Amino acid sequence: MHPAPSVIVFTALSGLGFGLLAFLGVNVPDVTGMTAFIFFFIAYALAVGGLVASTFHLGNPQRALKAFTQWRSSWLSREGVFAVLSLCVMGIYAACLIFLDLRLPVVGIIGSILSLISVYCTSMIYGQLKTVPRWNQPLTPFLFLAYAQTGGALLSGQVYLAAGLMVLLMILQYAHWTIGDTRLAAAGGTIEAATGLGHLGKVRLLESPHSGTNYLLREMAYEVGRKHAVKLRVIALLLLGFLPCALLVLTAPGHLSALVAIVLHVAGVFAARWLFFAEAEHVQALYYDRHRAA
Amino acid sequence: MTTLPQSTHKKLGLAIDLDICVGCHACVINCKEWNTSNYGAPLSDQDAYGAEPVGTFLNRIHTFEVKAADKPAQTVHFPKSCLHCDDAPCVTVCPTGASYKRADDGIVLVNESDCIGCGLCAWACPYGARELDAAEGVMKKCTLCVDRIYNENLPEIDREPACVRTCPANARHFGDYADPDSNVSRMAAERGAVPLFPEQGTSPVNRYLPPRPKADIQTDGDIDILAPFLDTSGNGNTASGTSSTSAKGLLGWLDKALEAI
Repeated sequence: MHPAPSVIVFTALSGLGFGLLAFLGVNVPDVTGMTAFIFFFIAYALAVGGLVASTFHLGNPQRALKAFTQWRSSWLSREGVFAVLSLCVMGIYAACLIFLDLRLPVVGIIGSILSLISVYCTSMIYGQLKTVPRWNQPLTPFLFLAYAQTGGALLSGQVYLAAGLMVLLMILQYAHWTIGDTRLAAAGGTIEAATGLGHLGKVRLLESPHSGTNYLLREMAYEVGRKHAVKLRVIALLLLGFLPCALLVLTAPGHLSALVAIVLHVAGVFAARWLFFAEAEHVQALYYDRHRAA
Repeated sequence: MTTLPQSTHKKLGLAIDLDICVGCHACVINCKEWNTSNYGAPLSDQDAYGAEPVGTFLNRIHTFEVKAADKPAQTVHFPKSCLHCDDAPCVTVCPTGASYKRADDGIVLVNESDCIGCGLCAWACPYGARELDAAEGVMKKCTLCVDRIYNENLPEIDREPACVRTCPANARHFGDYADPDSNVSRMAAERGAVPLFPEQGTSPVNRYLPPRPKADIQTDGDIDILAPFLDTSGNGNTASGTSSTSAKGLLGWLDKALEAI
């Protein structure tokens, strides 16, 4: 799949933002007043920034409000609804905490749960697609939730929790890649199955429907970068987990080490999210004779 | 509403005969002509007369070679457009309600004034039947020529989809699959047509009639008579290499940097 910057920024930043909100809603860290304002500002900047980025890839963003209507059937619509709900509920919680020094634990817990549901809905936009077998696996929602919670723990200053979650995240990400590598074959992803001509023999594309490229190939037959996948996976794991985890555990806690750990982790999140899209094979590309097993 | 109807009164769709299609692309052109000048946003082209033309089409013809180990290769021209699935995944993923399946005749359509152009329906389609128009930013797909088949301003003979009307080989047929005695239902039953890519669970309405078995061709010398005089080495396997996979700019630099590690 085409790794569009807008969807990478959307999923990465909104995940971090809602992950931090989930922690803030259960009073982690225990802050009020100006300190609380800074934490909530960071969380809202990330969550809202991500959501705004997601509108950049729309063909007609002026109609984006219509996307809140189909929550009965559409995960994308649900994602929008829950994102706005959690931002509203957490807004009430944050305002009381910052300006009135008043803690509303029930509101905070509801806001935390809504934030996590938002992340779950984001993951299901991708996880629901049978056409992209690499995403269509049970680990996809767990992976997105683990990214959000790790980022949230890191941003809320929970050093040892963040370090522990990073280890879990690395294991989950490795498992998602490993299972993902087998998904296309498991979904019957061959040109013979796609064309229904397998009973006649081996199938290959003799002539493409068009001499140039098109929307389908640009959007759903992305191939640049696959050859570097193993190197990028190692780089992503080092950045998102191994290096920041070592830094947090081995150095004295402080603002500088926390900042470096956050920068490393976020860079790793972006690398892994780029791979999430770039490595994903769409079955419609089988009709173009792409995605042959090596 | 982007939930699917429980059932549809009619199941209008196409029967496409893979044995007869000659790959002339006339259906592609007539589809583009009708659908760019009638219902909905036009099917735009970008850089139409330049070096890298691209454009929106609702119908595309792939040409495959099928080769059994002990037989000569066979060419199959494969027209591909929306199959108006009963369990259309493109409809349920739509966040705005722009995509819908009609309860009366089963046609899957896009209400373009509700479409935000997010592209998720195209991602959900296993057949590559939907294309986002680059000029209008809305999703385009086969309408089964809904503005022809019920159009009383047209002579009755023209009230069928443009692709069907224009096919010079009669490889495309239009009818109602809900009626077991319709032309398409009978053809599909006689020829053992199966739904396309059933692994995807979409329950398509359209059916592809498989190529008929070929009569055995003698291959012991008589069709290879010129082979010793032809040098065919080195140019036989490049059919799929139609678009460049090398990156430019930042990606190109990343590509080189990662190569060097």
